[in-house]
Amino acid sequence: MIRLEKRPQPSRTWASVTPVLAVVLTMIAGGILFAILGKNPVEAIRTIFWDPVFGEFAFYYRGQLLVKAGPLILIAIGLSLGFRAGIWNIGAEGQYIVGAIFGAGVGLAFYPADYWFIFPLMVIAGAIGGFLWAMIPAILKTRFNTNEILVSLLLVYVAEQLLASMSLGLLRNPEGAGFPGSRNLKQYEAASNSEIIAGTGMHWGVVAAFIAVILAYILLNRHMLGFQIRLTGQSPRAARFAGLKPRLLVVFCLGASGALAGLAGMFEVSGPAGQISIDFNSGYGFTAIIVAFLGRLHPVGILLAGMLMALTFIGGEAAQANLQLPASAIQAFQGMLLFFLLAVDVLSNYRIKIGKGEAA
Amino acid sequence: MDLSAINPLILIASLMVAATPILLAAIGELVVEKSGVLNLGVEGMMIIGAVCGYAVAINTGSPWLGFIGAAIGGAALSMIFGFITQYMMANQVATGLALTLFGLGLSALIGEAYLLDRPPSVSELNLGPLADIPVLGQVLFQHDLIVYISLALIVGVWAFLKYSRAGLILRAVGESHDAAHALGYKVIHVRLMAIAFGGACAGLGGAYLSLIRVPQWTEGMTAGAGWIALAIVVFASWKPIWILVGAYLFGGVTVLQLNLQAAGLAVPVEYLSMSPYLITIIVLVIMSSGRGRASLNAPAALGRTFHASS
Repeated sequence: MIRLEKRPQPSRTWASVTPVLAVVLTMIAGGILFAILGKNPVEAIRTIFWDPVFGEFAFYYRGQLLVKAGPLILIAIGLSLGFRAGIWNIGAEGQYIVGAIFGAGVGLAFYPADYWFIFPLMVIAGAIGGFLWAMIPAILKTRFNTNEILVSLLLVYVAEQLLASMSLGLLRNPEGAGFPGSRNLKQYEAASNSEIIAGTGMHWGVVAAFIAVILAYILLNRHMLGFQIRLTGQSPRAARFAGLKPRLLVVFCLGASGALAGLAGMFEVSGPAGQISIDFNSGYGFTAIIVAFLGRLHPVGILLAGMLMALTFIGGEAAQANLQLPASAIQAFQGMLLFFLLAVDVLSNYRIKIGKGEAA
Repeated sequence: MDLSAINPLILIASLMVAATPILLAAIGELVVEKSGVLNLGVEGMMIIGAVCGYAVAINTGSPWLGFIGAAIGGAALSMIFGFITQYMMANQVATGLALTLFGLGLSALIGEAYLLDRPPSVSELNLGPLADIPVLGQVLFQHDLIVYISLALIVGVWAFLKYSRAGLILRAVGESHDAAHALGYKVIHVRLMAIAFGGACAGLGGAYLSLIRVPQWTEGMTAGAGWIALAIVVFASWKPIWILVGAYLFGGVTVLQLNLQAAGLAVPVEYLSMSPYLITIIVLVIMSSGRGRASLNAPAALGRTFHASS
């Protein structure tokens, strides 16, 4: 008989092994999925995980890696703070959209002026947009005790409608011949988030992501607030006795994650995407949830997990083109990764005992 | 705009149709939460139900087999959640989210082959003289079978929880799993059954969307219905009869805004489309604050992991 015995403390070794184990298991299960779809599983896995980095066209894909990883890491870092403390912001997608609308709105308001401060102003506006959108669930949670999971998620659908309204109305390109979508910010020098080093995919959003990783690391390990976040996650009761203010924590965690998601949206709209359009958002806000868990809610882990997840995005696109694999396959693949991750986590919290239990 | 184009009778009748998918998903989730499990994957199970029901109905030509297939599909997906949260003792919030992400991806994958098909149509029940009653007949007695099944399910769940021994055990498990375990009840088994029931109901709700309400398969067609079902469980403060009120309220808002769009109200379509979500949020706020503190009625062990230590 197999029994599970709770470990007094989560095993550190297993905590770092389980993400790798989950990735391996996902590759196996994904291979089976691809085989069912009638594709060669080995080739599919190679196209997704190997070719983008080491294959023939890697010079193109490597640049894409940072472009995709930037927003994922930026959003996931913010989410991880709340997840640690049991505050569930799952509406990052909405905050991402609103950040993009705010950022692009400020940029377009100055069109066609050319001042040095336009782009920094857009960055601030993007962060404020995401922050304000996240303040809705935060205030409803602290004032009215409303469930932040549901409110933040429902606001994603509201934000999507807002995005549609903006690209058809207020922010529509007046010279766009009536097509939906705003002016392309890539063609507007002062508001454009262009590559810092050409060909690497390195843009300001990626820089911001790296800064966020460092700041989050310092916050969690060296700052009182980070200690309080960790304490609340590990023992909410002890945290209350220690006299910390749960409301402040809710506002901080939701606000920080909202601002970071807003930043990600702003960097995306002024860089890789270029314009506000109806289908501007591409699910980064949801994938970032997987990234946060895959990185074990640890800043450095999230950095690595973001890179890996970006790889599956790019590999998925390559597999779409080369193997005619449907786009949704990669989404199912990512969901599967989170399943395996959560399932194998049992190994870090419990010890497996084989043999007869005493009194079950 | 022309408000006279809106017929209140048709409005109420179509409200019942609009509310049915959410009603089904919410009553299933209520049973799951009553057993102390928080499954946030309703959206994922609904969309899997939608695509399974659609695929089965097209391949067999029978919408009713489609509904059965949808219930099985939803229940099967929910068992992944059940296994990971009950045996692997993973965090229920995270696993539920994973279920939604996975369900959305998998459904799109399955549905690709069926994008252009049309499902076999479902006729309304012939209730004979009842349907001919003026006003009432048009509003209440000219629907398809699933609408009545969903209403029967509400009554059934209410009676099950209130009067049956099994319902009592289910509630005991949801209030205090340790006490239920000490009394010799199989906590994990009870919860797995509840999760499967919730999955089947969500699957039915999804199939109602793809087979009757729309009827067509499109990617991501549930558009947040599963999340609204979760909100309605909170709104109902875990009471079956209130699920009915919540779902029909939401159905009313949805139908009304669609009618206003058609009537050409001077508000942009996007803002009208937002209204069901905004109203759900407002209702949540009202229910969770002040005297109507719905959370006080929540099952005490909701979302907590059970591990039999002794």
